[in-house]
Amino acid sequence: MPLINYIESDGTTHSVQVEIGSTVMQGAIENGIEGIVAECGGNCTCATCHCYIDDAWFERLREQEEMEKDMLVFAHDTRPTSRLSCQIQVTEELDGLVVHVPPSQY
Amino acid sequence: MNGACVVVGASHAGAQLAASLRRHGWTGRIVLVGDEACLPYHRPPLSKQYLSGEKGQHEILIRPQAAYAKMDVHLTLGVKVEAIDRARRAVALDNGEDLYYDKLALTVGARPRRIPIHGSELENVFYLRNQADVDRIRACIGSHKRAVIIGGGYIGLEAAAALRSTGMAVTVLEACPRVLQRVTAPQVSAFYHRVHGEQGVEVVVDTCVERIDGSTAAEAVACTGGRCYPADLVIIAVGIVPNTELAASAGLAVGDGIVVDECACTSDPDIVAAGDCTWHYNSIYARHLRLESVQNAHEQASVAAATVCGKRDPYHALPWFWSDQYDLKLQIAGLSQGHDQVIVRGDIERGRSFAAFYMKEGRVLAVDAVNKPQEFMLGKRIITGGIAVDPSRVADEGTSLKDLIGA
Repeated sequence: MPLINYIESDGTTHSVQVEIGSTVMQGAIENGIEGIVAECGGNCTCATCHCYIDDAWFERLREQEEMEKDMLVFAHDTRPTSRLSCQIQVTEELDGLVVHVPPSQY
Repeated sequence: MNGACVVVGASHAGAQLAASLRRHGWTGRIVLVGDEACLPYHRPPLSKQYLSGEKGQHEILIRPQAAYAKMDVHLTLGVKVEAIDRARRAVALDNGEDLYYDKLALTVGARPRRIPIHGSELENVFYLRNQADVDRIRACIGSHKRAVIIGGGYIGLEAAAALRSTGMAVTVLEACPRVLQRVTAPQVSAFYHRVHGEQGVEVVVDTCVERIDGSTAAEAVACTGGRCYPADLVIIAVGIVPNTELAASAGLAVGDGIVVDECACTSDPDIVAAGDCTWHYNSIYARHLRLESVQNAHEQASVAAATVCGKRDPYHALPWFWSDQYDLKLQIAGLSQGHDQVIVRGDIERGRSFAAFYMKEGRVLAVDAVNKPQEFMLGKRIITGGIAVDPSRVADEGTSLKDLIGA
């Protein structure tokens, strides 16, 4: 299983294995990474699973769909590497992915 | 923070409250008690992808079982709490056991409003609230069968869309002059009425159900005025009522919900409550209310957990909701009650995407956004930030959203 590294805003790092076919959001929820809230359960509806992808990884992710792009336009505290983690499918290629968790989703 | 905290109700709020307790530093025992046998799950998909069969049980879980073990949250599922004994600080379970608590949390949710209608006890007539309800409904789905849904609110319309996607013939019966009357503007009701018609659902408004006919199974729904709608499956979706009885019989203050303060504390300082069951103050709208939403379940549960841990984190959150029907993704920011003007941005009469801005005295109270996620997210920002917008420019799609808020 690919290893995903979640780095919280205080620097705490959780390196956890996440199943292929699952999402980066699900990996966070299943491993108790609290900065990823995901109120809507992965529906691309709430933007509370917002995260920053590490610069080295951002370009390697599959392109965002329109819905996700639209949700991020007015989301809280976005950066150029912002993504909604429920929209990132875990694949073999993402082994080692580094995800930065924002201090708050609200 | 090393005593026992018992959380009654393995709901969205209950699951969140238990998890938040650990985050806020509760080191003692946590017991999450639920009357359903299954792990806590996301309820919104029940009337959507779970009903249509797109999602299964595992996919709607809030967390897998292992996550509770990791947080050291003890799950007591399939067990009902029958009474709270505040003097002994214990809850009585229907399996005969007592659970002692130092702190108690009530996340007991709501139940469907039942209507005293002849035939509602027939075997293929259902209310829709729990996973088990939907499992039973799913057993009645068939592509050439007919479903009649009593109630044109969000649950009724979502169920209509989900059942229609399975190939069933679907009729929605609404007693009011329009669907979604309690929650949306007439233009938005008309939009949903039109789209359901375009999708092949028969929507009948201004129609009261008189009885459901059939011997063991429902065969038809009869309405006043004589119209009769054949049915192989009937769903009654006419709202919910909060589960307040447990709290009331324990002597806690109860109104249209369990009364809590801004820190989710009930009238007993050792008992908190969160989610659909609470009557609480909303600081953004400056009034008391009860909410039926995941957002409230989630955020109020976090506030309640902080309170249990001796912290003060007053609730200050904008209510928001969503509804998925067909290709329509509705996102609602805020509460529209009390608006004096509705401004629509987009083609609500012929298209399938628009945003309705509910205004009061020139300020935005709420936004209903259909396939308009930017307007939804902006709406949340405008309402929470009290940002002024020029009403005369809201409807003009030539004015960019950033220009609308002067960003």
